[in-house]
Amino acid sequence: MMSAHAQTAGQIAGAAASPERAEAAIVVDRLCKSYNGRRVVDELSFSVRRGEVFALLGPNGAGKTTTVETLEGYRRPDSGSVRVLGLDPIRDAARLKPLIGVMLQQDGLYPALRPREVLQLFASYYRQPQPIDQLLERVGIDPGTRTSCRRLSGGQKRRLALALALVGNPQLLFLDEPTAGMDPQARLATWEIIRELKAQGVTILLTTHLMDEAERLADRVAIIDHGRLIALDTPDRLTGVANATIVRFVAPAGLDCRALAALPAVQRAEEVRPGSYLLEAEPQSMPAVLADLTAWLRDQGITLTELRVGHGSLEDLFLRLTGAEMRE
Amino acid sequence: MTTLANTSQSGQSQPQSSQAAPFLQQVGAQIKAELLLTSRRGENILVTLILPVILLIFFASLKIIPVTSGSVINFLLPGILALAIMASGMVHLGISTAYERYYGVLKRLGATPLPRSGLIMAKIVAVLLLEVVQVILLGGIAFLFYGWHPTGSPALAILVLALGTITFAALGLAMAGSLRAETTLAVANGLYLLFLLIGGGILPLDHLPAPLAILAQYLPAAAFTQSLQAALSAGAPFPGAALLTLLIWMLLILVVAIRAFRWE
Repeated sequence: MMSAHAQTAGQIAGAAASPERAEAAIVVDRLCKSYNGRRVVDELSFSVRRGEVFALLGPNGAGKTTTVETLEGYRRPDSGSVRVLGLDPIRDAARLKPLIGVMLQQDGLYPALRPREVLQLFASYYRQPQPIDQLLERVGIDPGTRTSCRRLSGGQKRRLALALALVGNPQLLFLDEPTAGMDPQARLATWEIIRELKAQGVTILLTTHLMDEAERLADRVAIIDHGRLIALDTPDRLTGVANATIVRFVAPAGLDCRALAALPAVQRAEEVRPGSYLLEAEPQSMPAVLADLTAWLRDQGITLTELRVGHGSLEDLFLRLTGAEMRE
Repeated sequence: MTTLANTSQSGQSQPQSSQAAPFLQQVGAQIKAELLLTSRRGENILVTLILPVILLIFFASLKIIPVTSGSVINFLLPGILALAIMASGMVHLGISTAYERYYGVLKRLGATPLPRSGLIMAKIVAVLLLEVVQVILLGGIAFLFYGWHPTGSPALAILVLALGTITFAALGLAMAGSLRAETTLAVANGLYLLFLLIGGGILPLDHLPAPLAILAQYLPAAAFTQSLQAALSAGAPFPGAALLTLLIWMLLILVVAIRAFRWE
């Protein structure tokens, strides 16, 4: 946790000072925004590199959507500044709008139109839009469907909203909870599209409640709470895989923790819940810990069912940093 | 650095294709969509086309309108036209825009290259096209079945129609941009009924109780209706007072609409 904070501060300072800043797709600099005297975004700073997938993670009311909507030009900062593709989202709106693709929390579809009609309309705002039938098929919607948007399922609406965000070939995508309301299959398909877009060089800023979404898609994750940045790093570093001091494993309840603690590389062993164990060790002795642990289990004739190196999931980290439950 | 590699890679796969379409092309597509939306919603057709036609046929056929001078149809057609314009601007445009706001459509459009001015322009053109259909339909029925002949001043009639359109479209948008969608629905329909009863388009105002008639005189519906009646009557005096009342309402409502409108 300490290391996460230290890296966060270092990266922001580095981004502000280095020449890379000119190349940044998004720069947020000491952004503040209040509603009715309540600070929703509080001195928030971060930058997103071109071609990067960047996730904003935080509980409800953490300021994620306010931040994204400021970048999209919907909100004016109280103080601080934002730059998007080198432009001011409000003053340079006409130049910026054709370059970005947006998926808001509310899909904003015309209920009476069919998916193809809505996409056709949005395509006509751009000089060289994507071929719309291919795009519909890519997000898993039948281009020939006569169903109106009103009657689409929540997941289908979300996928159509993604197609609307993509139709203008954006350089930068804002995805505000892109997979909310999708079934697991559609979610996987959407993740695949996001990976393809990244491979094409599209910069993506996404907000999400889903830890695994952030972990699997994002190059870097910013955790915000009460409008403040509390951690920013790669998912691996945040979850501590790169700098692990902890091994968690699941095995039958009642193992001898004193014997485990006596293993050469292990500093401490604890059964945190029946059948759920935690070992602590120095980061450099982690390979030895794993070898010792599995050898010990072999000698006891025990099979473990789960093994995880590091602080745990992003969810664990999140709970520790914010003390807040993530809600869908 | 990876940043540079990514930039050049994106340069290859997406060669400067993120450009807005020409403004008029965007507005043209938006007009098509607005017309498609109008035709999709049965209640729009009902309130803007079917209802005025029924009102015209009903009151022209029953001859229960207490007209003191001139023919029934010469009195009735301008009144029904005025009601039809109110239905297009206040009821149809107001309610459909209110629901577009409610569903987040207006907000979502704000993130596209379509400027706000382009959206408003498209909505105005779509309403004007709907009004052309209304004028042809109602005028045609009056001409074919009730012996109506165009008289009066076409130029003045078009001016009055334009002022009325702006007034009631702005009234609809003012409600759509500031009230909840359900409230807009209720208020727009309520006002329409009120204007039908005391707008002077079906019942002449001098048949109303005096205090109500005086009040009605100062409302935009009567001002619009009386201006149109005068414009479509041969030899009628210039409707100075009514036109001035309408003009004041138009400016007032426009200011309110511009100040009160919220896109989300």
